[in-house]
Amino acid sequence: MRALGRIHPWSAVRHVLLLAGALVMLIPFIWMLSTASKPQTEIFSSDLHLIPYHFALWDNLKIAFAKADLWRYLLNGLIVTILIFALQVLVALPAAYAFAKLRFLGRDVLFALVVFCILIPPQATAIPVFLLLHKLGVLDSYIALVLPFTISVFGIFLMRQFFKTVPDDLIDAARMDGISEFGIVWRVMLPTAIPAVTAFGIFSVVAHWNDYFWPLIVLNSEHLQTPPLAVAHFRNNEAGTNYGPLMAAAMVIIAPLVIAFLFAQRRFIEGITLTGIK
Amino acid sequence: MSDAVAALQEVAAAPRMRARILVKSGTAGRSGAAYALAAPALILMLMMLLGPLAGVIALSLTDYQLGAPSFSWIGLSNYQEMFADRVFWISLKNTLAYVAIVVPGAVALGLGVALLIQSGAGLRSLYRTVYFLPVMATLIAMAIVWEFMLHPQFGLVNGLLRAAGLQGHSWLQDRGTALYSLCVIGIWQATGFNMVLFLAGLVSIPKHLYDAAEIDGAESAWSRFGLVTWPMLAPVTLFVVAISAIRSFQVFDTVQVLTKGGPSKSSEVLIYTMYTEGFEFFRSGYGAAVTVVFLAFVLSLTLLKSVLGRREVHYA
Repeated sequence: MRALGRIHPWSAVRHVLLLAGALVMLIPFIWMLSTASKPQTEIFSSDLHLIPYHFALWDNLKIAFAKADLWRYLLNGLIVTILIFALQVLVALPAAYAFAKLRFLGRDVLFALVVFCILIPPQATAIPVFLLLHKLGVLDSYIALVLPFTISVFGIFLMRQFFKTVPDDLIDAARMDGISEFGIVWRVMLPTAIPAVTAFGIFSVVAHWNDYFWPLIVLNSEHLQTPPLAVAHFRNNEAGTNYGPLMAAAMVIIAPLVIAFLFAQRRFIEGITLTGIK
Repeated sequence: MSDAVAALQEVAAAPRMRARILVKSGTAGRSGAAYALAAPALILMLMMLLGPLAGVIALSLTDYQLGAPSFSWIGLSNYQEMFADRVFWISLKNTLAYVAIVVPGAVALGLGVALLIQSGAGLRSLYRTVYFLPVMATLIAMAIVWEFMLHPQFGLVNGLLRAAGLQGHSWLQDRGTALYSLCVIGIWQATGFNMVLFLAGLVSIPKHLYDAAEIDGAESAWSRFGLVTWPMLAPVTLFVVAISAIRSFQVFDTVQVLTKGGPSKSSEVLIYTMYTEGFEFFRSGYGAAVTVVFLAFVLSLTLLKSVLGRREVHYA
């Protein structure tokens, strides 16, 4: 009796509403898992059931991996996202340090340009960048996937804000020790900025792992496809015939990020909502 | 006594002055290093952002087609052609309709979920994780799952409708419902993102304001919401509305893979029009003109957002 008395009526209403909403949010995931676990005959039946009568997840996964080189596409996704992030850091951190801690002619004007560039939506520059890559002869390659994103003006802005808070004494001490300005970026600034770099890294990796627009435009070759492109390709080839393996493939494509998210949700939420500040 | 203090201050100031002179001379030598450090970023920025931005506007004034040996300046002809094209107006109308549905939907639901989560202590992080999951999951993969859920014959949605004794529907194949189906997917995906922004806004409202409201006689949760939460959250809300609108204007993935703008252009949207003109027909000039229209909308929203964002900082 006492236990019941402690539950506020509002608390119960809150949980009922939130659970109902959570179910709606989860239905596509649940239905994906359910379909990926069903044999063909159960998928094409008008009888609606969640738990498969015959568990066929392994068969569907096997078919998916046989029909599409999913390992290859996951590897492509990994290569592209890591290359983009590494180059973004390599380009943005020195610039951020210069904007935050060094004085040079035109600094404020150049930084205003950086801030202006944050406003440019990525689709707006697609046609000229495509023509540029065409001129350079690098379409349909890893270079085409990576090069346009090596510059992250948002990364420069974010890291500059962070570097502003690093005390000058630390930098002066490093100079006394004879460390060059370039060395200071990597040996003094980077170690203090690990949390900010991590948040930016999550933001960058998630955005480019999930990107469909750019790979769709610059790629022709099947072996270069990134995960989103691969799953769309799989769907176009198998549409209407093979939903089990298709759902299994979709599951494989979203798995890496979703699993990483479940392990470090606070960091992921922090990283992705960085776009909010943008 | 005061002399001693003055003397001490002088002693203390001397090395500081010397340090300042040192820093100054150092600065001059360091500006070379500064340019070297910033150069790769600035060159790439010019190549990949500012150049292409100017390029897209210039291209929109030409008849350039990819692979053509030459091009000529044709002034505003692309725009004239575009404004005379029925498909462009359908595309613009559909984009605006998509924004007009997804933004209120995803903002209201995001706010509702955030308020519900914040109104109690139990299971907070579980709920936050679940509602955020669609933001994380690759949209293209989930769009394909939605497509199967909306399958006229074997889909979950029609299956449930039939079980309830209702008529099923060809959601994505019917021109009356295709765009709205895409809106539902858009709202499903954006709600969790907005929820997180609202949660951050709610956490930053000082507790003492609620105490003050209660002393002033605001006893019900509803009156506290009207008196404290809503006014304090208004800047965040405007900010979230602007972000949602910008993101909705960019809708492309679901359209490209699920409907291809159809049936009969009923789900054609701006970025998809740009994609087909620029990258399927390779009419770079005309595609650029469509891009400029898209850019005008998104940039004005972005400017609005940064004005609001500044005001938000002021409130905080």
